[in-house]
Amino acid sequence: MNEIINLIIKSAFMDNMVFAYFLGMCSFLAVSKKVSTANGLGLAVIFVLTCTAPLNWLIQQNILNEGALSWIGPEFATVDLTFLQLLMFIAVIASFVQLVEMIIEKFSPALYGSLGIFLPLIAVNCSILGGSLFMVQRDFNLQEATAFGFGSGFGFYLAIIALAAIREKLKYSHVPDGLKGLGITMLLTGLMGLAFKTFIGMTL
Amino acid sequence: MSEVKEKEVVKVKKSEALFSKRRRNILIDPLDDNNPVTIQVLGICSALAVTIKLEPTIVMSLSVVFVMIFSSLLTSLVRDYIPTRVRIIVQLAIIASLVTLVSEFLKAFNYEMFKVLGAFVGLIITNCIILGRLEAYAMGNKPYDSVLDALGSSVGYAWIILAVAFFRELLGSGSILGYKVFEMIGWSSFPTNGLFVDSIGAFIILGLIIWVQRSRNGYVEN
Repeated sequence: MNEIINLIIKSAFMDNMVFAYFLGMCSFLAVSKKVSTANGLGLAVIFVLTCTAPLNWLIQQNILNEGALSWIGPEFATVDLTFLQLLMFIAVIASFVQLVEMIIEKFSPALYGSLGIFLPLIAVNCSILGGSLFMVQRDFNLQEATAFGFGSGFGFYLAIIALAAIREKLKYSHVPDGLKGLGITMLLTGLMGLAFKTFIGMTL
Repeated sequence: MSEVKEKEVVKVKKSEALFSKRRRNILIDPLDDNNPVTIQVLGICSALAVTIKLEPTIVMSLSVVFVMIFSSLLTSLVRDYIPTRVRIIVQLAIIASLVTLVSEFLKAFNYEMFKVLGAFVGLIITNCIILGRLEAYAMGNKPYDSVLDALGSSVGYAWIILAVAFFRELLGSGSILGYKVFEMIGWSSFPTNGLFVDSIGAFIILGLIIWVQRSRNGYVEN
Protein backbone atom coordinates (compact mmCIF):
# COMPACT_ATOMS: atom_id res chain seq x y z
CA MET A 1 0.00 0.00 0.00
CA ASN A 2 2.80 2.34 0.97
CA GLU A 3 4.45 1.80 -2.40
CA ILE A 4 1.25 2.74 -4.22
CA ILE A 5 0.92 6.00 -2.28
CA ASN A 6 4.57 6.67 -2.90
CA LEU A 7 4.09 6.14 -6.62
CA ILE A 8 1.12 8.53 -6.69
CA ILE A 9 3.12 11.24 -4.94
CA LYS A 10 6.17 10.60 -7.10
CA SER A 11 4.21 10.86 -10.36
CA ALA A 12 2.30 13.93 -9.18
CA PHE A 13 5.23 15.98 -7.90
CA MET A 14 8.68 14.67 -8.85
CA ASP A 15 7.77 13.25 -12.27
CA ASN A 16 5.17 15.89 -12.99
CA MET A 17 3.87 15.45 -16.54
CA VAL A 18 4.12 19.14 -17.37
CA PHE A 19 7.33 20.21 -15.66
CA ALA A 20 9.46 17.10 -16.03
CA TYR A 21 8.31 15.72 -19.39
CA PHE A 22 6.62 18.69 -21.15
CA LEU A 23 3.53 16.60 -21.77
CA GLY A 24 0.12 18.17 -22.21
CA MET A 25 1.66 21.56 -22.88
CA CYS A 26 -0.82 22.62 -25.58
CA SER A 27 -3.90 22.50 -23.42
CA PHE A 28 -1.84 23.55 -20.40
CA LEU A 29 -0.99 26.83 -22.11
CA ALA A 30 -4.25 27.39 -23.94
CA VAL A 31 -6.84 26.61 -21.24
CA SER A 32 -5.06 28.26 -18.31
CA LYS A 33 -6.54 31.72 -18.70
CA LYS A 34 -9.30 31.20 -16.13
CA VAL A 35 -9.29 29.07 -12.98
CA SER A 36 -12.81 27.71 -13.55
CA THR A 37 -12.10 26.33 -17.03
CA ALA A 38 -8.72 25.04 -15.90
CA ASN A 39 -10.50 23.23 -13.08
CA GLY A 40 -12.87 21.49 -15.52
CA LEU A 41 -10.13 20.46 -17.91
CA GLY A 42 -7.93 19.26 -15.04
CA LEU A 43 -10.69 17.04 -13.64
CA ALA A 44 -11.40 15.62 -17.10
CA VAL A 45 -7.70 14.81 -17.54
CA ILE A 46 -7.55 13.06 -14.13
CA PHE A 47 -10.57 10.97 -15.07
CA VAL A 48 -9.37 10.00 -18.54
CA LEU A 49 -5.82 9.22 -17.37
CA THR A 50 -6.98 7.11 -14.40
CA CYS A 51 -9.22 5.04 -16.69
CA THR A 52 -7.05 4.73 -19.81
CA ALA A 53 -3.83 3.72 -18.04
CA PRO A 54 -5.22 0.42 -16.62
CA LEU A 55 -7.27 -0.19 -19.79
CA ASN A 56 -4.22 0.17 -21.98
CA TRP A 57 -2.26 -1.98 -19.52
CA LEU A 58 -4.78 -4.79 -20.01
CA ILE A 59 -4.57 -4.40 -23.79
CA GLN A 60 -0.78 -4.43 -23.71
CA GLN A 61 -0.60 -7.52 -21.49
CA ASN A 62 -3.39 -9.56 -23.08
CA ILE A 63 -3.24 -8.65 -26.75
CA LEU A 64 -0.13 -6.79 -27.83
CA ASN A 65 2.85 -8.39 -26.06
CA GLU A 66 4.68 -11.25 -27.74
CA GLY A 67 2.98 -14.49 -26.71
CA ALA A 68 0.17 -12.63 -24.97
CA LEU A 69 -2.42 -14.11 -27.32
CA SER A 70 -1.74 -17.68 -26.15
CA TRP A 71 -5.02 -17.60 -24.22
CA ILE A 72 -6.80 -18.06 -27.57
CA GLY A 73 -4.85 -21.17 -28.46
CA PRO A 74 -1.29 -22.51 -28.56
CA GLU A 75 -0.85 -21.56 -32.22
CA PHE A 76 -1.01 -17.85 -31.26
CA ALA A 77 1.85 -18.13 -28.76
CA THR A 78 4.41 -16.58 -31.10
CA VAL A 79 2.31 -13.68 -32.38
CA ASP A 80 3.85 -10.29 -31.58
CA LEU A 81 1.52 -7.36 -32.09
CA THR A 82 3.56 -4.62 -30.38
CA PHE A 83 3.70 -2.63 -33.63
CA LEU A 84 -0.04 -2.01 -33.20
CA GLN A 85 0.58 -0.38 -29.80
CA LEU A 86 0.25 3.23 -30.89
CA LEU A 87 -2.92 2.62 -32.93
CA MET A 88 -4.63 0.64 -30.15
CA PHE A 89 -3.73 3.13 -27.43
CA ILE A 90 -4.92 6.14 -29.38
CA ALA A 91 -8.16 4.35 -30.26
CA VAL A 92 -8.88 3.59 -26.59
CA ILE A 93 -8.09 7.17 -25.62
CA ALA A 94 -10.17 8.71 -28.40
CA SER A 95 -13.24 6.65 -27.49
CA PHE A 96 -12.83 7.48 -23.82
CA VAL A 97 -12.61 11.17 -24.55
CA GLN A 98 -15.78 10.88 -26.61
CA LEU A 99 -17.46 9.36 -23.54
CA VAL A 100 -16.31 12.13 -21.22
CA GLU A 101 -17.48 14.69 -23.75
CA MET A 102 -20.99 13.20 -23.78
CA ILE A 103 -21.08 13.07 -19.96
CA ILE A 104 -20.03 16.70 -19.56
CA GLU A 105 -22.43 17.87 -22.27
CA LYS A 106 -25.28 16.14 -20.45
CA PHE A 107 -24.55 17.26 -16.89
CA SER A 108 -22.81 20.61 -17.26
CA PRO A 109 -23.59 22.47 -20.49
CA ALA A 110 -21.91 25.62 -19.14
CA LEU A 111 -18.61 23.82 -18.64
CA TYR A 112 -19.07 22.15 -22.02
CA GLY A 113 -19.40 25.55 -23.64
CA SER A 114 -16.37 27.02 -21.94
CA LEU A 115 -14.09 24.06 -22.65
CA GLY A 116 -15.07 24.25 -26.31
CA ILE A 117 -12.54 22.84 -28.73
CA PHE A 118 -10.24 21.64 -25.96
CA LEU A 119 -12.47 18.81 -24.90
CA PRO A 120 -11.98 16.77 -28.08
CA LEU A 121 -8.36 17.88 -27.95
CA ILE A 122 -7.85 15.87 -24.75
CA ALA A 123 -7.58 12.98 -27.21
CA VAL A 124 -4.41 14.59 -28.50
CA ASN A 125 -3.31 15.74 -25.05
CA CYS A 126 0.16 14.23 -24.95
CA SER A 127 -0.04 13.54 -21.23
CA ILE A 128 -2.73 10.90 -21.79
CA LEU A 129 -0.91 8.95 -24.50
CA GLY A 130 2.36 9.65 -22.70
CA GLY A 131 0.95 8.15 -19.50
CA SER A 132 0.15 4.93 -21.34
CA LEU A 133 3.52 4.75 -23.09
CA PHE A 134 5.51 5.46 -19.91
CA MET A 135 3.48 2.86 -18.08
CA VAL A 136 4.57 0.21 -20.61
CA GLN A 137 8.16 1.45 -20.58
CA ARG A 138 8.41 1.20 -16.79
CA ASP A 139 6.94 -2.32 -16.46
CA PHE A 140 4.19 -1.47 -14.00
CA ASN A 141 1.61 -3.99 -12.81
CA LEU A 142 -2.12 -3.23 -12.99
CA GLN A 143 -2.31 -1.54 -9.57
CA GLU A 144 0.76 0.55 -10.21
CA ALA A 145 -0.53 1.54 -13.65
CA THR A 146 -3.79 2.83 -12.14
CA ALA A 147 -1.93 4.69 -9.40
CA PHE A 148 0.47 6.14 -11.97
CA GLY A 149 -2.45 7.29 -14.14
CA PHE A 150 -4.17 8.96 -11.21
CA GLY A 151 -0.97 10.54 -9.87
CA SER A 152 0.01 11.97 -13.24
CA GLY A 153 -3.49 13.33 -13.78
CA PHE A 154 -3.42 14.93 -10.35
CA GLY A 155 -0.03 16.48 -11.07
CA PHE A 156 -1.39 17.98 -14.30
CA TYR A 157 -4.44 19.27 -12.41
CA LEU A 158 -2.29 21.00 -9.78
CA ALA A 159 -0.05 22.53 -12.41
CA ILE A 160 -2.84 23.92 -14.59
CA ILE A 161 -4.79 25.32 -11.61
CA ALA A 162 -1.68 27.04 -10.26
CA LEU A 163 -0.79 28.53 -13.64
CA ALA A 164 -4.37 29.74 -14.20
CA ALA A 165 -4.37 31.44 -10.80
CA ILE A 166 -1.10 33.22 -11.59
CA ARG A 167 -2.34 34.29 -15.02
CA GLU A 168 -5.54 35.74 -13.57
CA LYS A 169 -3.40 37.95 -11.34
CA LEU A 170 -1.03 38.73 -14.19
CA LYS A 171 -3.75 40.62 -16.04
CA TYR A 172 -3.08 43.58 -13.75
CA SER A 173 0.67 43.64 -14.38
CA HIS A 174 2.56 45.54 -17.00
CA VAL A 175 4.20 43.05 -19.38
CA PRO A 176 6.32 44.07 -22.40
CA ASP A 177 4.40 43.73 -25.67
CA GLY A 178 6.45 40.90 -27.17
CA LEU A 179 6.23 38.85 -23.98
CA LYS A 180 2.45 39.14 -23.59
CA GLY A 181 0.56 35.86 -23.64
CA LEU A 182 2.69 32.88 -24.58
CA GLY A 183 6.08 34.42 -23.81
CA ILE A 184 5.47 35.34 -20.20
CA THR A 185 3.58 32.08 -19.70
CA MET A 186 6.63 30.07 -20.79
CA LEU A 187 8.86 31.99 -18.36
CA LEU A 188 6.27 31.44 -15.60
CA THR A 189 6.16 27.73 -16.35
CA GLY A 190 9.93 27.61 -16.09
CA LEU A 191 9.85 29.26 -12.67
CA MET A 192 7.06 26.93 -11.51
CA GLY A 193 9.10 23.97 -12.71
CA LEU A 194 11.99 25.25 -10.62
CA ALA A 195 9.69 25.22 -7.59
CA PHE A 196 8.51 21.67 -8.37
CA LYS A 197 12.17 20.54 -8.48
CA THR A 198 12.33 20.96 -4.71
CA PHE A 199 10.25 17.80 -4.33
CA ILE A 200 13.04 15.64 -5.77
CA GLY A 201 14.03 12.81 -3.47
CA MET A 202 10.95 13.07 -1.28
CA THR A 203 9.46 9.73 -0.15
CA LEU A 204 6.91 8.71 2.43
CA MET B 1 -7.94 35.54 -36.87
CA SER B 2 -5.72 33.52 -39.14
CA GLU B 3 -7.70 30.36 -38.51
CA VAL B 4 -10.87 31.81 -39.99
CA LYS B 5 -8.97 32.73 -43.10
CA GLU B 6 -7.44 29.29 -43.44
CA LYS B 7 -10.67 27.39 -43.19
CA GLU B 8 -11.97 28.93 -46.38
CA VAL B 9 -11.51 26.76 -49.40
CA VAL B 10 -9.27 28.59 -51.80
CA LYS B 11 -10.55 28.78 -55.36
CA VAL B 12 -7.67 27.88 -57.62
CA LYS B 13 -7.45 28.81 -61.27
CA LYS B 14 -6.87 25.84 -63.51
CA SER B 15 -3.56 26.95 -64.90
CA GLU B 16 -1.68 28.15 -61.86
CA ALA B 17 2.09 28.20 -61.83
CA LEU B 18 3.80 25.55 -59.72
CA PHE B 19 5.21 28.25 -57.46
CA SER B 20 2.80 31.15 -57.84
CA LYS B 21 2.83 34.00 -55.33
CA ARG B 22 -0.08 32.52 -53.39
CA ARG B 23 1.65 29.17 -53.08
CA ARG B 24 4.91 30.78 -52.03
CA ASN B 25 2.99 32.50 -49.25
CA ILE B 26 1.49 29.20 -48.09
CA LEU B 27 5.01 27.88 -47.81
CA ILE B 28 6.74 30.88 -46.26
CA ASP B 29 4.06 32.25 -43.95
CA PRO B 30 4.43 29.58 -41.21
CA LEU B 31 8.19 30.08 -41.06
CA ASP B 32 7.94 33.45 -39.36
CA ASP B 33 4.74 35.51 -39.37
CA ASN B 34 2.42 32.61 -38.61
CA ASN B 35 4.82 30.23 -36.92
CA PRO B 36 3.02 27.20 -35.47
CA VAL B 37 5.04 27.17 -32.24
CA THR B 38 5.60 30.81 -31.36
CA ILE B 39 2.45 32.40 -32.78
CA GLN B 40 -0.21 29.70 -32.90
CA VAL B 41 0.97 27.94 -29.69
CA LEU B 42 0.77 24.43 -31.13
CA GLY B 43 3.00 21.40 -30.77
CA ILE B 44 4.92 22.55 -27.73
CA CYS B 45 4.24 19.18 -26.09
CA SER B 46 6.71 17.09 -28.01
CA ALA B 47 8.82 20.05 -29.05
CA LEU B 48 10.66 20.60 -25.81
CA ALA B 49 11.19 17.10 -24.51
CA VAL B 50 13.83 16.04 -27.02
CA THR B 51 15.78 19.29 -27.19
CA ILE B 52 18.49 18.50 -24.63
CA LYS B 53 20.91 17.61 -27.43
CA LEU B 54 20.98 18.75 -31.04
CA GLU B 55 21.24 15.30 -32.61
CA PRO B 56 17.98 13.72 -31.36
CA THR B 57 16.28 17.00 -32.19
CA ILE B 58 17.36 16.70 -35.83
CA VAL B 59 15.93 13.17 -35.99
CA MET B 60 12.74 14.39 -34.34
CA SER B 61 12.32 17.29 -36.78
CA LEU B 62 12.86 15.01 -39.77
CA SER B 63 10.26 12.56 -38.42
CA VAL B 64 7.75 15.34 -37.92
CA VAL B 65 8.36 16.74 -41.42
CA PHE B 66 7.84 13.26 -42.90
CA VAL B 67 4.68 12.48 -40.92
CA MET B 68 3.24 15.90 -41.56
CA ILE B 69 3.75 15.94 -45.34
CA PHE B 70 2.39 12.46 -45.92
CA SER B 71 -0.55 12.79 -43.52
CA SER B 72 -1.54 16.06 -45.24
CA LEU B 73 -1.24 14.43 -48.65
CA LEU B 74 -3.29 11.39 -47.65
CA THR B 75 -5.95 13.37 -45.81
CA SER B 76 -6.27 15.77 -48.70
CA LEU B 77 -6.65 12.89 -51.16
CA VAL B 78 -9.47 11.25 -49.21
CA ARG B 79 -11.01 14.47 -47.87
CA ASP B 80 -14.23 14.11 -49.88
CA TYR B 81 -14.85 10.58 -48.63
CA ILE B 82 -14.45 11.20 -44.88
CA PRO B 83 -17.75 11.64 -43.02
CA THR B 84 -17.50 14.74 -40.78
CA ARG B 85 -18.45 12.84 -37.65
CA VAL B 86 -15.59 10.39 -37.65
CA ARG B 87 -12.99 12.68 -39.21
CA ILE B 88 -10.87 13.00 -36.04
CA ILE B 89 -10.55 9.24 -35.74
CA VAL B 90 -9.72 8.87 -39.44
CA GLN B 91 -7.07 11.60 -39.15
CA LEU B 92 -5.63 10.02 -36.01
CA ALA B 93 -5.51 6.63 -37.74
CA ILE B 94 -3.59 8.13 -40.68
CA ILE B 95 -1.15 9.91 -38.37
CA ALA B 96 -0.72 6.88 -36.10
CA SER B 97 0.07 4.58 -39.03
CA LEU B 98 2.72 6.99 -40.34
CA VAL B 99 4.23 7.40 -36.87
CA THR B 100 4.34 3.62 -36.49
CA LEU B 101 6.29 3.53 -39.79
CA VAL B 102 8.79 6.08 -38.47
CA SER B 103 9.14 4.30 -35.15
CA GLU B 104 9.71 0.86 -36.76
CA PHE B 105 12.19 2.44 -39.20
CA LEU B 106 14.17 3.97 -36.32
CA LYS B 107 14.06 0.70 -34.40
CA ALA B 108 15.50 -1.13 -37.39
CA PHE B 109 18.17 1.30 -38.59
CA ASN B 110 19.13 3.45 -35.60
CA TYR B 111 18.27 1.62 -32.40
CA GLU B 112 20.49 3.87 -30.26
CA MET B 113 18.51 6.91 -31.35
CA PHE B 114 15.25 5.06 -30.80
CA LYS B 115 16.27 4.44 -27.20
CA VAL B 116 17.17 8.10 -26.68
CA LEU B 117 13.86 9.35 -28.10
CA GLY B 118 11.88 6.57 -26.41
CA ALA B 119 8.21 7.31 -25.96
CA PHE B 120 8.54 10.67 -27.69
CA VAL B 121 8.47 9.15 -31.16
CA GLY B 122 5.02 7.76 -30.36
CA LEU B 123 4.02 11.13 -29.02
CA ILE B 124 4.34 12.66 -32.51
CA ILE B 125 0.77 11.38 -32.90
CA THR B 126 -0.41 13.84 -30.30
CA ASN B 127 1.57 16.72 -31.76
CA CYS B 128 -1.17 19.32 -32.11
CA ILE B 129 0.45 20.92 -35.17
CA ILE B 130 -0.22 17.87 -37.28
CA LEU B 131 -3.86 17.39 -36.31
CA GLY B 132 -4.37 21.15 -36.34
CA ARG B 133 -3.13 21.55 -39.93
CA LEU B 134 -5.06 18.51 -41.12
CA GLU B 135 -8.22 19.89 -39.57
CA ALA B 136 -7.71 23.50 -40.67
CA TYR B 137 -6.14 23.05 -44.08
CA ALA B 138 -5.84 19.58 -45.58
CA MET B 139 -9.53 18.76 -45.03
CA GLY B 140 -10.54 21.55 -47.39
CA ASN B 141 -7.79 21.98 -49.94
CA LYS B 142 -6.15 20.24 -52.89
CA PRO B 143 -3.28 17.80 -52.30
CA TYR B 144 -0.46 19.93 -53.72
CA ASP B 145 -1.43 23.02 -51.68
CA SER B 146 -1.82 20.87 -48.58
CA VAL B 147 1.66 19.42 -49.01
CA LEU B 148 3.11 22.94 -49.35
CA ASP B 149 1.25 24.02 -46.24
CA ALA B 150 2.45 20.96 -44.34
CA LEU B 151 6.04 21.55 -45.46
CA GLY B 152 5.89 25.18 -44.35
CA SER B 153 4.38 24.41 -40.95
CA SER B 154 6.69 21.51 -40.17
CA VAL B 155 9.80 23.44 -41.15
CA GLY B 156 8.52 26.36 -39.06
CA TYR B 157 8.26 23.93 -36.15
CA ALA B 158 11.64 22.37 -36.90
CA TRP B 159 13.65 25.59 -36.88
CA ILE B 160 12.22 26.62 -33.52
CA ILE B 161 13.06 23.33 -31.80
CA LEU B 162 16.49 23.27 -33.47
CA ALA B 163 17.15 26.75 -32.10
CA VAL B 164 16.07 25.69 -28.62
CA ALA B 165 18.23 22.56 -28.83
CA PHE B 166 21.22 24.56 -30.06
CA PHE B 167 21.14 26.89 -27.06
CA ARG B 168 20.35 24.12 -24.58
CA GLU B 169 23.21 21.93 -25.72
CA LEU B 170 25.61 24.86 -25.95
CA LEU B 171 24.78 26.36 -22.55
CA GLY B 172 23.92 23.10 -20.80
CA SER B 173 26.60 20.64 -21.89
CA GLY B 174 28.96 23.13 -23.51
CA SER B 175 28.94 21.28 -26.82
CA ILE B 176 27.40 21.36 -30.29
CA LEU B 177 26.53 18.01 -31.86
CA GLY B 178 28.81 16.40 -29.28
CA TYR B 179 31.87 18.57 -30.00
CA LYS B 180 33.06 20.33 -26.87
CA VAL B 181 33.05 23.92 -28.15
CA PHE B 182 34.28 25.64 -25.04
CA GLU B 183 37.20 23.23 -24.64
CA MET B 184 38.28 23.94 -28.22
CA ILE B 185 38.55 27.66 -27.58
CA GLY B 186 40.62 26.96 -24.49
CA TRP B 187 37.97 27.25 -21.78
CA SER B 188 38.27 23.73 -20.46
CA SER B 189 36.63 24.35 -17.11
CA PHE B 190 33.13 24.97 -18.52
CA PRO B 191 30.80 23.16 -16.09
CA THR B 192 27.70 21.18 -17.00
CA ASN B 193 24.87 23.62 -16.44
CA GLY B 194 22.02 21.69 -14.84
CA LEU B 195 19.52 24.48 -15.35
CA PHE B 196 19.67 24.13 -19.14
CA VAL B 197 19.95 20.35 -19.22
CA ASP B 198 16.78 20.33 -17.16
CA SER B 199 13.32 21.13 -18.52
CA ILE B 200 13.36 24.57 -16.87
CA GLY B 201 16.02 25.80 -19.28
CA ALA B 202 13.87 24.79 -22.25
CA PHE B 203 10.89 26.80 -21.00
CA ILE B 204 13.02 29.87 -20.40
CA ILE B 205 14.87 29.64 -23.73
CA LEU B 206 11.62 29.19 -25.65
CA GLY B 207 10.10 32.12 -23.75
CA LEU B 208 13.04 34.30 -24.75
CA ILE B 209 12.95 33.13 -28.40
CA ILE B 210 9.26 34.03 -28.49
CA TRP B 211 10.03 37.44 -27.03
CA VAL B 212 12.73 38.18 -29.61
CA GLN B 213 10.67 36.89 -32.53
CA ARG B 214 7.48 38.70 -31.55
CA SER B 215 9.21 42.00 -30.91
CA ARG B 216 10.77 41.68 -34.35
CA ASN B 217 7.59 41.01 -36.32
CA GLY B 218 5.36 43.10 -34.06
CA TYR B 219 2.81 40.43 -33.12
CA VAL B 220 1.03 41.26 -29.85
CA GLU B 221 -1.30 38.87 -28.02
CA ASN B 222 -4.09 40.33 -25.89
